[in-house]
Amino acid sequence: METNNQKTQTRPVVNVREDYQARYGFSDPDEYFHKAPKGINHEVVAMISKLKKEPEWMRKFRHEALDAFFAKPMPQWGDTELLNSIQFENIHYFLKSTEGTEKSWDDVPDNIKKTFNRLGIPEAEQRFLGGVSAQYESEVVYHSLREDLTKQGIIFLDMDSALREQEEIVKKYFATVIPPTDNKFAALNSAVWSGGSFIYVPPDTDVKIPLQAYFRINAKNMGQFERTLIIADKGSRVHYIEGCTAPTYSSDSLHSAVVELVAMDGAYIRYTTIQNWSNNVFNLVTKRAMAHTDATVEWVDANLGSKLTMKFPCVYLVGERAKAEILSVAFAGDGQHQDAGAKVIHAAPNTTSRITSKSISKGGGRASYRGMVKVYPSATNCKVSVECDALLLDENSRSDTYPTMEISSDDVRVEHEARVSKIAEEQIFYLQSRGLSEDEARMLIVNGFFEPFVKQLPMEYAVEMNRLIELEMEGSVG
Amino acid sequence: MTEAQIPFRCEDIHVAIESKPVVKGVTLNIKGGEIHALMGPNGSGKSTLVNALMGHPSYSLTSGRIFVNGENVTEMPPHERSRHGMFLAFQYPLAIPGVTVANFLRAAVKARVKDDSEMKAFRKTLLAEFERLEIDPAFATRYVNDGFSGGEKKRLEILQMAMLKPSIALLDETDSGLDIDALQIVSKGINTVVNKDVGVLLVTHYQRILNFVKPDFVHVFMGGRIVRSGGPEMAAQLEKEGYEKIEKEVSRIAEVA
Ligand SMILES: Nc1ncnc2c1ncn2[C@@H]1O[C@H](COP(=O)(O)OP(=O)(O)OP(=O)(O)O)[C@@H](O)[C@H]1O
Ligand SMILES: [Mg+2]
Repeated sequence: METNNQKTQTRPVVNVREDYQARYGFSDPDEYFHKAPKGINHEVVAMISKLKKEPEWMRKFRHEALDAFFAKPMPQWGDTELLNSIQFENIHYFLKSTEGTEKSWDDVPDNIKKTFNRLGIPEAEQRFLGGVSAQYESEVVYHSLREDLTKQGIIFLDMDSALREQEEIVKKYFATVIPPTDNKFAALNSAVWSGGSFIYVPPDTDVKIPLQAYFRINAKNMGQFERTLIIADKGSRVHYIEGCTAPTYSSDSLHSAVVELVAMDGAYIRYTTIQNWSNNVFNLVTKRAMAHTDATVEWVDANLGSKLTMKFPCVYLVGERAKAEILSVAFAGDGQHQDAGAKVIHAAPNTTSRITSKSISKGGGRASYRGMVKVYPSATNCKVSVECDALLLDENSRSDTYPTMEISSDDVRVEHEARVSKIAEEQIFYLQSRGLSEDEARMLIVNGFFEPFVKQLPMEYAVEMNRLIELEMEGSVG
Repeated sequence: MTEAQIPFRCEDIHVAIESKPVVKGVTLNIKGGEIHALMGPNGSGKSTLVNALMGHPSYSLTSGRIFVNGENVTEMPPHERSRHGMFLAFQYPLAIPGVTVANFLRAAVKARVKDDSEMKAFRKTLLAEFERLEIDPAFATRYVNDGFSGGEKKRLEILQMAMLKPSIALLDETDSGLDIDALQIVSKGINTVVNKDVGVLLVTHYQRILNFVKPDFVHVFMGGRIVRSGGPEMAAQLEKEGYEKIEKEVSRIAEVA
């Protein structure tokens, strides 16, 4: 009999159809939350589902996922030491009942406040991002934006609302790209998910503006275990941006999101992330896309902040001529490990992938590139390109690359390049001879290093991103 | 002429690379409006001299003093020497990937203006300089020296000089690798920068740039020293006779001494 946590780790995943209601159903959610706000077990999961008034299939899904979470071992690769230091029993898995009431502005660490100020984030938004205010005024902007989209038949909702208002389509795609059993953290997310975005773009519809306002203002609301699902129907195009450059402060230390993308025939999805978690956070995210015939999926992913990030955006190229582009940048500062990379599966002929990874390590920080490219025997005439570029800013910092290629087709063109470099003294002298101080020179070189990423961003994000890199360089980010 | 009006003066400069002496006592006086040519065989230490004057960290100044507009800059880091009016056009300019020419120059100009209002004219000035040096304005958005041809790099050095308006320009083989049209354009660029308050030290191997940029003095540099100084006619003589003759004379003098 299991109720609590990892004692049950070795147990295999149980039958989906078991009657969880009988076994784990709970009758008084509010009371429960007052009693046991931390830790993970079936009662908590039952509670979450009940509070959200979810359909039965989702409730079952969550319980099944929780069993998968218990059954799955911790990943045996990556920074296992840090991973094993996660204290699952010390985390709030559902914060709704207390959100916005428990915290005061005084609880937000000073260094984070300082960073907000230096990034020029307005006061109202600062409070919002600091988790003090539950509402942010520009939500109005988001609503009017949504009206425009609705006219085109685009569905753009937070995941909880989507489950209520668009159950059928959510049910059809939910967890089809990333099943709960994929890995321990995907399982955890599946059990306790809350928030995130749902987007459906009808066939041949071009969403002209990047869908971004929503997440910027909801960076806090989306919580620790958000779940995002984007479906671009045949021939449609959409660009989605999540996150924000301001450090996302969270008193709880585990962020574990799941993001699923489905690009149908001829569709185009770009998914841009700028994430800057406060330095206490474990950021363990599963992102995966299905690219069907002639579809293109682009992950543009920046990882800053956090204690440990493990994130390997993935594309399954399942249709002929599908394309994957993954651009991942990371900045690892003191006490941080950015373990980022990419994964591409070529499962169809004439598919193309390009992975570009750029990382900077500074002040003892560690950046790893971990990549996997798989080409199935049937996937003929494929093109694969992997480029990793690491910049070490000092002697104490570290960079590793773990590239894996499993190529079973002999009709593949592979290009692979990996570089680890330091800033050349000559470059600094060159810039100094033009009147820039040594620090200014380093700053400029670092900005240049990230330029291929930054130029992919919409203007306002690019400006913020550069400012943020500057703050990271000064070592003054919260 | 008061000390403060002399753009550049250096006294008895000695430079060592990894404790090996390379420059062995160089004294120069460059007044406003003067162009000094420095000519000498490969490996004689010309680049070492100009880099050390600019404050290169791996070339240690074992003795000597450097003055810009009468101010002693000997102890200053390179960026302050630059802000005091020194400029070095590199023999081998460095690439700075990801940094556009425009952003680079904006940062460099901004580092020396007193307040931001002076930056208003930046774009216009930059475009004007592009036009004057016949550089395609598209270069403004290219990354500094990244994938530039040899000649393009040299032109960009002169463009930077024009934007930074130095008091003393040290030009290290800016003429090397230029085709004849580029040579004329670059020379024109140098000539427009020179005025009564600005001096130039032009390191070169060839007489041909001196047809366009007329030197007031030519110094022959060998074995880490200026072994002979003269007027513009010396450049032609050097080109005809090579360094060998001078070398022999110098060593004869050294033997006698
Ligand atoms: N960083 C360095 N480390 C070691 N030796 C160096 C370094 N830089 C220069 N040297 C040596 O110092 C001497 C002078 O070199 P320098 O580049 O100053 O010559 P130069 O007169 O500019 O030659 P050229 O006409 O070929 O440009 C050479 O013997 C060179 O090999
Ligand atoms: Mg030289």
